[in-house]
Amino acid sequence: MEMTLHQRVRQRPASGWWRLWASTQVRWGVILLVAMTALVVVGPFLAPYDPAAPVGKPYDAPSASAWLGTDNLGRDVLSRVLSGGVYLAWMAPVSALLSVVIGAAVALVTAYYRGWTDLVLMRSLDVLLAFPGILLTLLCVSVFGPQPVLLVGLVVLTLMPGVARVIRGAALPLLDREYVLWAKAVGTPGPVIILRELLPNVSSPLLVELGLRLSWSVGILSSMSFIGYGIQPPAADWGLMVSENGTGLGTQPFAVLAPILMIVLYTIGGGLIAEGAARVMARTEGKA
Amino acid sequence: MTTVLKASGLTVERSDGASIIEDVSLSLERGEVMGIVGESGSGKSTLALALLAYARHGVRIAGGAVRVADTDMLELDPASLRKARREVVAYVAQDPGAALNPMLTLGTLLTEGLAGGKAEKVTRAREILRKVGLPDDEAFLQRRPRQLSGGQQQRIAIAMAVIAQPKLIILDEPTTGLDVSTRAKVLDLIRQLCISDNLTAIYVSHDLAVIANVADHVTVMYGGQVVEQGPMQEILATPRHPYTRALLDAVPSLQARQALRPIRGRVPAVGEAPDGCIFSDRCDYAVEACNTRPALRLVGGTQVRCVRPELGETFGVRPQAVGHSDGQVANSSAVLQANGVNAFYGYRQILFDVSLKVEPGRCLAVVGESGSGKSTLSRCLIGLHGNVTGEFRLDGKPLPLTVGQRDQYARQRLQYIFQNPNASLNPRRTIGASLAAALANRPEADSRPGAVIAEALERVGISPDLGTRYPAELSGGQRQRVAIARALVANPAVLLCDEVTSSLDVSVQASVIELLRSLLADGLGMLFVTHDLAVVRNIADTVAVLSAGRVVEQGEAHKVLGTPSHPYTQSLLANTLQLPTEAADLDMPVIAPRQSAAGSR
Repeated sequence: MEMTLHQRVRQRPASGWWRLWASTQVRWGVILLVAMTALVVVGPFLAPYDPAAPVGKPYDAPSASAWLGTDNLGRDVLSRVLSGGVYLAWMAPVSALLSVVIGAAVALVTAYYRGWTDLVLMRSLDVLLAFPGILLTLLCVSVFGPQPVLLVGLVVLTLMPGVARVIRGAALPLLDREYVLWAKAVGTPGPVIILRELLPNVSSPLLVELGLRLSWSVGILSSMSFIGYGIQPPAADWGLMVSENGTGLGTQPFAVLAPILMIVLYTIGGGLIAEGAARVMARTEGKA
Repeated sequence: MTTVLKASGLTVERSDGASIIEDVSLSLERGEVMGIVGESGSGKSTLALALLAYARHGVRIAGGAVRVADTDMLELDPASLRKARREVVAYVAQDPGAALNPMLTLGTLLTEGLAGGKAEKVTRAREILRKVGLPDDEAFLQRRPRQLSGGQQQRIAIAMAVIAQPKLIILDEPTTGLDVSTRAKVLDLIRQLCISDNLTAIYVSHDLAVIANVADHVTVMYGGQVVEQGPMQEILATPRHPYTRALLDAVPSLQARQALRPIRGRVPAVGEAPDGCIFSDRCDYAVEACNTRPALRLVGGTQVRCVRPELGETFGVRPQAVGHSDGQVANSSAVLQANGVNAFYGYRQILFDVSLKVEPGRCLAVVGESGSGKSTLSRCLIGLHGNVTGEFRLDGKPLPLTVGQRDQYARQRLQYIFQNPNASLNPRRTIGASLAAALANRPEADSRPGAVIAEALERVGISPDLGTRYPAELSGGQRQRVAIARALVANPAVLLCDEVTSSLDVSVQASVIELLRSLLADGLGMLFVTHDLAVVRNIADTVAVLSAGRVVEQGEAHKVLGTPSHPYTQSLLANTLQLPTEAADLDMPVIAPRQSAAGSR
């Protein structure tokens, strides 16, 4: 008898994830992201040409040999689009994940412990939030050079304070909930309360933040490339391609539109997950 | 007499066709007050809203007619419906704090819906404020709802409803969130308005004692159906439906400590009602004939939906008195003791020199109204209130003031049960996991956690099979039981119960009180914080009356409630509502039947 109850306690229904998957928006968002990631990973092998090698004259219109035409240096646009997502494909998710994880950790710790930890950490976040991210990026990249790890760090630094604010806002009312008071009253250690009582109950805003910040990371990383402070030529990168081929927009629009389309699809994927998750959560919470 | 309200065959459905209320008919003459009573989920609020021709999102009024004065509420176009909801039917919601727009001044709130010039409106507003017993000066009209107390807010909500002189006013649990004395005053106001303005009213409540004190007709709802309907006196004297009788039996009495008889099972969810008589699965007197749904029929003076209404008189036994727990005086060594406790919020002192003791197997009730400091006191005892001075002793040994300084043993010995069962369990954890977490804190970590958890759940009357459910899947009463089970898992010496029954239905409250009594019999000490003296009478052995942070009276429960010496205790007692049948027995002031008053004008 006791074992059966115990087993049943352990295998609690993972209904939350199923409910999420049942949402059309979340499903399409996941499908889109998986498809994009697959394309980015397989893309370089599918590319008909070397993305860095000129195959024709600059800004050549689409033809049988180069389906999307050529870019400002006469390189094949299709090959560059297929190869150009590698950086974004790992940098964007990593930055989004790191900002959400660090942001949530800071938020929950400060919200739970209050006192001087709260004061110091939240005030420094406020400073970060107030400091224009673009200035910080320009400064750091000028000094240290455009290394991918540095870029990820900068994105995290830009996005994390916002995540922390939102999650902190969601966590504060929980501290007055009776189940948290109860946990305190029976002497549960702080870290356990944070992980067991607080974290599960901010999972909905966390998921929304993750989707949202993924889209933002894509946007920020692409704009860094666009202004020349991100991935450096001659590497193929969507953001970089937009800036390289901007002058040829009138003669060879595909060189600009194709990478933009890729960036947009990637962003929409994250956005759909965030939006769908938010709706599902609102529904279930209303029911509870 | 003119008929003000005539509702017939009213049916409200969910979008999937399951009916929430079914074939409800009501009729009210001018000047009558109809009480609608039932447990949560019986459809009484849905009915109240349907009388305004309103249905919540995802719900629609599927059939029937509502005729108020000469208006067919269900036939109106949106513009005239809006007008009718102001001038024909008015509605007062349960929570005035949420019903009043906090950004508008009282003057604006009151006159919003009125026609006429500014001066005329202000005159009306002042007149109505005087009528509901509030100041009528300009400064008061400029105030905003959040600057008022709960009782004053409810007065404003009532004033807003009656200012346009509607034909019918619908009051949906208007006194449920209020203190005992505030509630008594608001009820007084409603009664007085009924007489002076010859108001016709529908009063919705889950509390029969309240209904009995304000209404002259009553409709008992269960599972979306009317199960009994008729004159108040008749139903109080001879309840014919088993459900009505069960509701009456569940009301705790202020005069005597009785065995309360909870109703087993729970109100059926929408679409899950049994095929036959809707109450048959919870009814102790169900027979074969109950498998077909009975129609409402007239028996004596009341409409009853039961196949054997004539048995109403012979059903069950009269409440039996139960004594206090054994060995009370013999074993007077306090398990928990507090001496000279002072507590502060910032620089404001909340508790002044409070001393009390909890003995094993006995229950100490701490009684007071909101703001008396009773919740602060229980938080101090559990160690969650930091700003406190004084001395605590547990089992004779000194107990540190805050939870951080206490050892694991002390934390296990004291367990807290919260008022709000909806928030006392982590919504993202199954109840089994919540109990397992409580067990993990026990120093002598048990080798068979499953058995301990199952045992605790069974002790509170919850099937261990529910261990895999989430709190949202349980009813309020079940959640409160699980919260008690979680406390029991720790093997405590003292339970601190903070208003644990005040957010529950009367019938569910009865079952929780019975459960707590049985725990007392097991030898647990208990501190029971409440504002309800009838509950105190039924569970407490000793009482401490708290007013403005000071203990004004303390002693054995029967002495304090029987011969209260402090005026504050006396006023609390006087304001506690009782079923008139009981009050009459003991020569308590009863509210005279209102027909005579209304008829004389």
